[in-house]
Amino acid sequence: MELAYLGPWAVLGGVLRAFLPVWIAMAAILGTSFALRRRLGLYGHLFASGIGVVGLALVLFWLLAAIFADQVALFDPYAQIRALQNKSPGVIDPASGLPYLFGGDALGRDVFGRMVYGSRSVMVIAPLATLFAYMVGITLGLPAGYFGGWLDTALSFLANLVLAFPVILLFYLLVTPEIRQTAIPSTMAAVLFLFPVLFMVVFFWSRFRERPEALWWYLGPTLAIGGFVYLGLVGFWDPTGLIAMDANTLNIFLAVVFISSPTVFRIVRGLTLDIKTRDYVAAAQTRGERPWYVMMWEILPNARGPLIVDACLRIGYTTILLGTLGFFGLGVSPESPDWGSTINEGRKLLRIYVHPALPPALAIMSLVLGLNLLADAMREQSMKD
Amino acid sequence: MLLFIARRVGVMLLTALCLTLIVFSLVNLKPNLVKLAKEQTGARVTEQQVEFWLDQNGYNRPLVVRYGEWLAGVAQGDMGHSTRFNAPVNEVLWPRLWLTAKLMFWVMVVMVPGALLLGVLAGMREGSRQDRVLSTIAIGTTSTPEYVSGVVLTIIFASQMVGLQWFSGSATSAADDGITFYNFTLPVLTIAIYGMGYIARMTRASMAEVMTQQYIRTARLKGVSFHAIVVKHALRNALIAPFTVIMLQFPWLLTGVVIVETLFNYRGFGWLLIEAAGNNDIDLLLACSIVAVVIVLTTQLISDIGYVYLNPRIRVGG
Repeated sequence: MELAYLGPWAVLGGVLRAFLPVWIAMAAILGTSFALRRRLGLYGHLFASGIGVVGLALVLFWLLAAIFADQVALFDPYAQIRALQNKSPGVIDPASGLPYLFGGDALGRDVFGRMVYGSRSVMVIAPLATLFAYMVGITLGLPAGYFGGWLDTALSFLANLVLAFPVILLFYLLVTPEIRQTAIPSTMAAVLFLFPVLFMVVFFWSRFRERPEALWWYLGPTLAIGGFVYLGLVGFWDPTGLIAMDANTLNIFLAVVFISSPTVFRIVRGLTLDIKTRDYVAAAQTRGERPWYVMMWEILPNARGPLIVDACLRIGYTTILLGTLGFFGLGVSPESPDWGSTINEGRKLLRIYVHPALPPALAIMSLVLGLNLLADAMREQSMKD
Repeated sequence: MLLFIARRVGVMLLTALCLTLIVFSLVNLKPNLVKLAKEQTGARVTEQQVEFWLDQNGYNRPLVVRYGEWLAGVAQGDMGHSTRFNAPVNEVLWPRLWLTAKLMFWVMVVMVPGALLLGVLAGMREGSRQDRVLSTIAIGTTSTPEYVSGVVLTIIFASQMVGLQWFSGSATSAADDGITFYNFTLPVLTIAIYGMGYIARMTRASMAEVMTQQYIRTARLKGVSFHAIVVKHALRNALIAPFTVIMLQFPWLLTGVVIVETLFNYRGFGWLLIEAAGNNDIDLLLACSIVAVVIVLTTQLISDIGYVYLNPRIRVGG
């Protein structure tokens, strides 16, 4: 049977049209932000640099693509159409009359749709894992830098231990089907996920310790939400089914948090060592503030600049790590449309069929580039103040 | 200085011991052992047979005893027996490592001068158009992990679709018949690109800082040409920081090596690591991890010592 194809310009037009919801939302967000840029602090300053706007646009693009994936993709990412196996970009599916904009892969699935859906797992896991790594790194890094002594020595040794592990080896040991049969992932989850709750509790406790009426106002919801999420993630109890991750995802998530947190720890520790010599810290100590108040409410807010910039870079690095995991087929289901495993499938036929591997590769690159440019622009803008 | 090195070596040995213990216990998890037993005896065995096999081969003894035995073996140069290749680990490991060493050598030859040049050119006139263009290029390369650049480079230079076919998309022949431009350019470039941007950015930051120093201004005021200032006065001081960064790149490069050896089918150390992990070849995987850990720790040590040695302002106590 003869298949009809769209020309290159029609493909380009089709792609632009498919992303229509993304363009509209992006224009709305960028337009509003630009109009209000003077009142938005550091975020508003981004619009002063071209690089910052480009970075922001790239990140927003993939964020919105993940949100609107159902509207953008023309086909189900898992559906296989045999007639369209390995067909070139722009081939039209005879049944529905819709085009495979970027062609079909070796199993006859829509490359374009899989690229769009692939952004979902990245956009959920990468920022969340970074956030968790930050909670762990901050909760341990602040006291290590502030108190020093044996606590610092012990924690730094542990951090260096994890950092000396080659990432790839750690992945091959920690993200396997065998390890999911043991208690290691759930134990790791129980320990690592405790830190965000701990962080929030200490955060409010140190400030409102002597004002119980205000303290409970903050601590109550923190414990309720934090405890609920904790129970859901660690897997004891989750009636809503909103929070629990499947074993694969949890395994990946834990591995990424585990690898990132020592680096965050080192950064926070270094910043604490630096900031603790400042006058305002001495002032707080003189007026008799407790150590944790000084750490959480004097040092941490003043370290936020470098931490935000690094968080941006770290989300990008996590994206690369997730791609690496997918590339080696670790912890992802074989059908999954995530970018790393799509590249791995596509590369096997690379010398003959180029189109299945290229879109996810460029997707990863553009997202990470966006995050890196954003971080660079933020660093530059925050230095100007 | 000697005391400093001695203490560093002590910490390094302790770290290596802890890391190998962790790897040892992870590799020897019960499900891994069961998988190994099934592979070695055939897939359709009962649980009793698995237990019997584990007992017979000594896998059911306490972990600490076996770790001690393994450590004693390694100390005497006996890395054990590879079940995947059915040969002593020593015979399998070292030739593969040598192949990867060759790959790394060429990566360094391409990456380091490229990165330093990029960084120095960008940092010598901070804020100029040249700086901004080069810095953006550096950011671009740090955003391109090996599995992306490898795929893109293969498409451009080795696929039938583009039709250039200047280079080979496979480096298998480099291992057997020797290295040529044709089979080795793409793997080397792929690793070099990702690492280059990071070193370049560190070099740029260091260079930009040096260029604001008093002695540079003095040199400029007494009429030394800009070229001479950069080459004679700034460069040497600006290259201290990148040295550390380059040494610390080795652990990162290891991931790159594994990806590239998979991508271009070059059967070196990275390929071996994946084979060992995929087939649950315990002794081989342990040997690979010990090599990896030793490389990482040694480069850290060299970078620490080198930093102190190169920078006269740092005097370590003792």
